[in-house]
Amino acid sequence: MITVTTRVLIIGAGVTGAGLLRDLALRGVQALLIEQRDVNSGASGGNHGLLHSGARYVASDREAAVECREEGAILRRIAPQCIDDTGGLFVAVRGDDERYVADFPSLCAASGIPCRGLDPGTARLVEPALSENLIAAFAVQDGAVDPFMLSLDNISQGLGLGCSMRRNLAAISMDVSGGRITRVRCRDITTGEEVFIEAEIVINASGAWAGMIAALAGRHIDILYSMGSLIVTQDRITTQVINRLRPPADADILVPGGTVSILGTTSIRVSSPDGCRPSVAETNSIIDDARLMLPILERTRYIRAYAGVRPLVSLGPAGDDRAVSRGFSLIDHAAEGVENFLTITGGKLTTYRLMAEKAADMACAKLGVSAPCRTSTEILPSSTLGKWTEPGRGPRSWVESRTEDDIVLCECEMVSRGVIDSIIDEAGAMRGRSMLKAVGMRSRVGKGPCQGGFCGPRITGHLYDRGTATSTQGLAELKTFTERRWRGFSPILWGVPLMQAELQEALYCGAMDLEFGPPPSTLDEESEKCLAAKEQP
Amino acid sequence: MKTYDVMVIGSGFAGMAAALFAANRGLSVVQTGATGGIDFSTGFIDLLAVHPIAEQKVWEDPFAALAALRRDLPAHPYCRVSDDEISLALQEFTNFLGQHGLCYRGRDKKNTLALTSAGTLKPTYLLPCTLWNGVEAREKKANTLIVDFHGLKGLSARQIAEVRKDWPNLKTARINFPGMGGELYPEHMAWSLADPARRAELAEMVAPLAVEAQYVGFPAILGMTDTSIVLRHMEELLGRPVFEIPTLPPSIAGPRLRAAFDRGLPGLGVRTCTQKLVTRAESSEAGFHFTAGSGSTSVDISARSAILASGRFFGKGLKADRHHIHEAIFDLPVTQPENRGRWHRPAFFDPQGHEINQAGLETDAGLRPLGADGKPFHPRLHAAGAILAHQDWMRMKCGAGLAIATAYKAVASL
Repeated sequence: MITVTTRVLIIGAGVTGAGLLRDLALRGVQALLIEQRDVNSGASGGNHGLLHSGARYVASDREAAVECREEGAILRRIAPQCIDDTGGLFVAVRGDDERYVADFPSLCAASGIPCRGLDPGTARLVEPALSENLIAAFAVQDGAVDPFMLSLDNISQGLGLGCSMRRNLAAISMDVSGGRITRVRCRDITTGEEVFIEAEIVINASGAWAGMIAALAGRHIDILYSMGSLIVTQDRITTQVINRLRPPADADILVPGGTVSILGTTSIRVSSPDGCRPSVAETNSIIDDARLMLPILERTRYIRAYAGVRPLVSLGPAGDDRAVSRGFSLIDHAAEGVENFLTITGGKLTTYRLMAEKAADMACAKLGVSAPCRTSTEILPSSTLGKWTEPGRGPRSWVESRTEDDIVLCECEMVSRGVIDSIIDEAGAMRGRSMLKAVGMRSRVGKGPCQGGFCGPRITGHLYDRGTATSTQGLAELKTFTERRWRGFSPILWGVPLMQAELQEALYCGAMDLEFGPPPSTLDEESEKCLAAKEQP
Repeated sequence: MKTYDVMVIGSGFAGMAAALFAANRGLSVVQTGATGGIDFSTGFIDLLAVHPIAEQKVWEDPFAALAALRRDLPAHPYCRVSDDEISLALQEFTNFLGQHGLCYRGRDKKNTLALTSAGTLKPTYLLPCTLWNGVEAREKKANTLIVDFHGLKGLSARQIAEVRKDWPNLKTARINFPGMGGELYPEHMAWSLADPARRAELAEMVAPLAVEAQYVGFPAILGMTDTSIVLRHMEELLGRPVFEIPTLPPSIAGPRLRAAFDRGLPGLGVRTCTQKLVTRAESSEAGFHFTAGSGSTSVDISARSAILASGRFFGKGLKADRHHIHEAIFDLPVTQPENRGRWHRPAFFDPQGHEINQAGLETDAGLRPLGADGKPFHPRLHAAGAILAHQDWMRMKCGAGLAIATAYKAVASL
């Protein structure tokens, strides 16, 4: 069995783990990042992509509000390529709590968060989609951030500075002796191959999975799993982030993301972070609520739904998960007798860098490394790993640099064969179980109106042409990719998307009989577990 | 204003077949509908191959499958048509296509396994003749070369060879299509092969690659309105049997079908209002008044009877809002699952199929759709094809067959 040694082992390639890899690399500390699935597979990929001004937390969690304000300013400076600095509005409609509205400006002021009152008429001029029933509006400095580009750019810089990463590598057990984790046994979930990793420090950055990873070292962390579902509109509904001006609840934020808008989110306690999926009922309740703020949300076309599981570190009994702190938790397990183990979890996308900084500070103190954190001042270089997630980049690059032979494989999002080839070449050894899924994560493929219906088979054909897929494996990957997209597609099937889904089934089952033949390679059983858990009161 | 004997609403397989059958019986026919659906056709005429779908039981004899289906699923629309009616309907339909350049072939009372663009094998009843040599080549596992083209993204020969490891003598080659570069479209390629000189160029490129091959397969691009001539010429030039493989829809199959109907139906006196959807419908005891299309190009139509062959969601015969499914033209009652949560299953490829696909119209024995009171909505309104409830054409493999058979029955019941 192979044994790999590293100074720091980071478990979990969400945005915090990615930020840690970069942070440590900039301090000259060699680190290895491992991930059981793929980059941003957990909450880092299943959120609004909202760069919080902090205004949402002014009433409930002032510390979090201030952190958001400060980190937002830093990210705008160091990672502008990942940010769409849209600005945001907090709006209330008739029937909303007027006391909350009245207190809002002073609460913002108390947290140092800029907030400017607008009369409802002006707000509707700025954002015509807003309801006629608006009673109050405030402008704040919210923005949108591309979490995939952010993670990929962080990882890319870390790799460039000599750190390393492995996907599809799950930590399955830890040897603890003499108050230290001596080695971590990992399994490649693609090949089944096992690897031992020996590290001076182990950082658990596994987000919602943090309790499970801590348990491998015999430690206990109480994590609440709060599932949030979001839905994506076909078009961009507003230019700015729109927040409902009320105590945090379901369906109260609409965030622009390139050419689309993202609406959500619910908060449902689930028993496991694995395999959660959005449901028809949640989609309905999100729209029923949010249309009061933006009536167009009843009529507009949606392209998919998705769900993420927020890790909330329990601070005792709490009724509503939203009342639990959105601030992060950094736990030094030395206090519990494991000297070289720490956990960083909770928090928000907006504060990922700060979380990484604090965790890296603690790790460096243990290592005796005195190099200071540089992530708040060093510019985050834009990498080729991340660039294809940007809406509009595919068509621009195709128009600018097309050769006659470069054909478009994904017509909805104009992703060309050349782009897909460059993604495959870069993904290389990182490909994991499904190249099609890996391509989907690193590009706009499958994210347009057809939801992969046409580009899926075409890219599959291309993978066969390249020799990347052999025997019936490419078809199995296509089925896996389809089932994965289906999770998000099935909750929004009415109107035009329903026609699209019917066409897809006519192609896949009616024309190609794909319901027969090799099964999808990973239809997560966990998703069933999660659904069952949700049905319990 | 002229009053037609019958208005056919829809121009997929069911609508085309209904227009044909009605015209052949001397009725005056007007037809409307966008041809969107048929553009995605594979060209196969499935009759019935899978039943029960949850068991994924595949039948070689479609008529034996029909007998089992009629026993198990008394509400299935195939219960409204007899085997004889099905056979007569398919014969009349394929005779017409044959007269207009689209020959079909199959085996008596047997499904045939046809190669798809994905490399999978699909049981179907009747295939375009241009595909037939491919069936034989695969059954014999003969030395075969499949050619595909740089820039044509609907077919990967290498994928087919990889998926069909059970056909070891299958070789592939990717070549440039003569006279074209960049991204290629099957229709352009097919039209260009109307020129015999272009075929000779293509054959010249393929011949050296096909020395050891007993058969040569191409993506379906061999001609648009003259496929048998192009195929025969390619066989002469290459000195061996040639066949086509359907490409990923939208393929050439749809435009070929449309072209055949466009050539044949007007000669039978059918008036077609192509690319127009019915925007208004009124019924009275005397018959129906329709408006097709909207704005200045709209057309008013009167007809004594009507056949609703408007398809499902993609064909716009059914439409769905966030909570319910509606019939688009007469707002007929639609049998449907209780709520949207039951429309689809958690897995796309669930062998049971999705419940929404069995939603649709209830009818009487003469395929007259039922109104809210459970009685026929109108004495001379009939329905045919995919809009009918209690069938899942995609999973049962009965799309075109059901469309043609129910169109036949609807016309016979007029």
